[in-house]
Amino acid sequence: MGMTMTEKILAAHSGRDRVTPGEIVNAKIDLIVAHDVTTPPAVAMLRKLGINKVFDPSKILVTPDHFVPNKDIKSAELAKQLREWRIEQGIERYYEVGNHGICHAIAPEQGHVLPGMTVVCGDSHTTTMGALGTFATGVGSTDLAAALATGELWFKVPDSMLFELNGTLPFGVYSKDIILYIISKIGVDGARYRAMEYRGSGLKSMSMEARFTITNMAIEAGGKSGIMPVDAISEEYVQARTKEPYKCYESDEDAVYSERMTIELDQLEPIVALPSLPSNGRFIGEVERVKMDQVYIGSCTNGRIEDLRIAAQILKGNKVANGTRAIVVPATTEIWKTAMREGLLEIFADAGCVVSTATCGACLGGFMGVLGAEETCLSTTNRNFVGRMGHPRAKVYLASPATAAATAITGTITDPRPFLQ
Amino acid sequence: MAALPDTLTGYAHVYERAHINTDEIIPARYLNVHEEAELAKYAMEDIDGDFVKRVMPGDFVIAGDNFGCGSSREHAVWALRGAGVKVVIARSYARIFFRNAINNGFLAIECPEAVEVVATGDHLELDLAAGRLRNLTNGREAVFVPLSDFARELIEDGGLLPHIQKKAQAGS
Repeated sequence: MGMTMTEKILAAHSGRDRVTPGEIVNAKIDLIVAHDVTTPPAVAMLRKLGINKVFDPSKILVTPDHFVPNKDIKSAELAKQLREWRIEQGIERYYEVGNHGICHAIAPEQGHVLPGMTVVCGDSHTTTMGALGTFATGVGSTDLAAALATGELWFKVPDSMLFELNGTLPFGVYSKDIILYIISKIGVDGARYRAMEYRGSGLKSMSMEARFTITNMAIEAGGKSGIMPVDAISEEYVQARTKEPYKCYESDEDAVYSERMTIELDQLEPIVALPSLPSNGRFIGEVERVKMDQVYIGSCTNGRIEDLRIAAQILKGNKVANGTRAIVVPATTEIWKTAMREGLLEIFADAGCVVSTATCGACLGGFMGVLGAEETCLSTTNRNFVGRMGHPRAKVYLASPATAAATAITGTITDPRPFLQ
Repeated sequence: MAALPDTLTGYAHVYERAHINTDEIIPARYLNVHEEAELAKYAMEDIDGDFVKRVMPGDFVIAGDNFGCGSSREHAVWALRGAGVKVVIARSYARIFFRNAINNGFLAIECPEAVEVVATGDHLELDLAAGRLRNLTNGREAVFVPLSDFARELIEDGGLLPHIQKKAQAGS
């Protein structure tokens, strides 16, 4: 009986020839990503136990992202603790404010994520990095502490679901629409405890930027991880960033999947997930043209350069509607700089958008665009649960950057396709 | 550390809805701290603003499907435990919440029928060994699959970090 690529990676990292779903293994961790919210409690736990050294500073990447530039005094203390800790531990892979980025975007962008790796981070969207053929999963602070101290972590081997993406996306439809479609079909717990594996001809027309959006949202279906096979596109992405060697794992022909789903990409249309579940996706033709107080373009889901290019293409020469605020948040400093060089920031500013430095910010109701009671926001982020972007009575709609940009112009939920003609 | 007792008793707070997410259990606006006593003041704030006024040490939270979905913040477990919650009994859990719970030595029991036999305020007895939840107020019962050996060992060791230390000391 064959194995999935997830099973092969977990077997290889736990010194086994094979593993079976449901088994508990202790796997070696190749990369630990640490940010300002969940790392300080992990460090405090280790100190309390008298563990003062991480297992290997070269396997840790640190970037503050959630509440930086510091949003308040308490957040400043967290970022300070992170900064002091990384100096004390001699962790060299550190991205200070000014070079920083949202961890799931900056780690692959700067060449730290390689195919075949195991990656953990105290953050549920760690699944993003699986697009490079990596086993990447989000953990809490205790797990993070254990991984920092020992370089290993326990995992229940997940069974895998296979998503076959066929064909090519129609004009004006993006990878965000694919993942919102999938979650609308399987629900926010449809992949609970499972690995979501993607393959098919549809991947061939998708850049790494587009792919990260899909694996990013595995957790919104309850998934443990999202993963894609390594191909020419991912190899080119990795090799442009690092000379480090890596190993590619492929799922066997006779690997066992607990469920399979085929998505014909040419059947898709732009999708909007209505409040307050990521699974409330509807084709845009079925969505009421609700007025939006705010449009948010950014996050680890859709704050990459390709996303900003699409948004700028639509916003160019247009103005954000009266009564609507538009906020653009490039996911990393590098993306911000590229957007500046390409003239995108000027397009956004001329249209009346606010452009921020990289931060998780308002995606999780932190700062830089938090919503008040009854306010509406169409957002390119990943989740729209009650209270996610601020007040529990705010209403968040999820969509692609194109739909967000078109909505910013009209002030109501709008199909982006006419704006792309 | 401490072996789990065979039975626990406590009073119920029922949240029947599916997909109660960690933003509701502890909103992100409080994530700039991680002290349990501080987080406890805001436990469940976005789903039930009065929860912290009513909850007493040793109480049980009874919940629906996919409890604790969303963000990986362990602050959700700390806030509940800090508020005095002894055990969460849900129809099912989001995986990171469940993992965070047992990694903290905190009891999270998966019991599909609990929400059907319990109302807020009921007095409950949880039989961990037998896998049975008894409602002492109305006499109804629900069964559950007892904790796996692995989860039980983690909880009895006081969580993942003490568990790792124990193993390191044992030289295994």
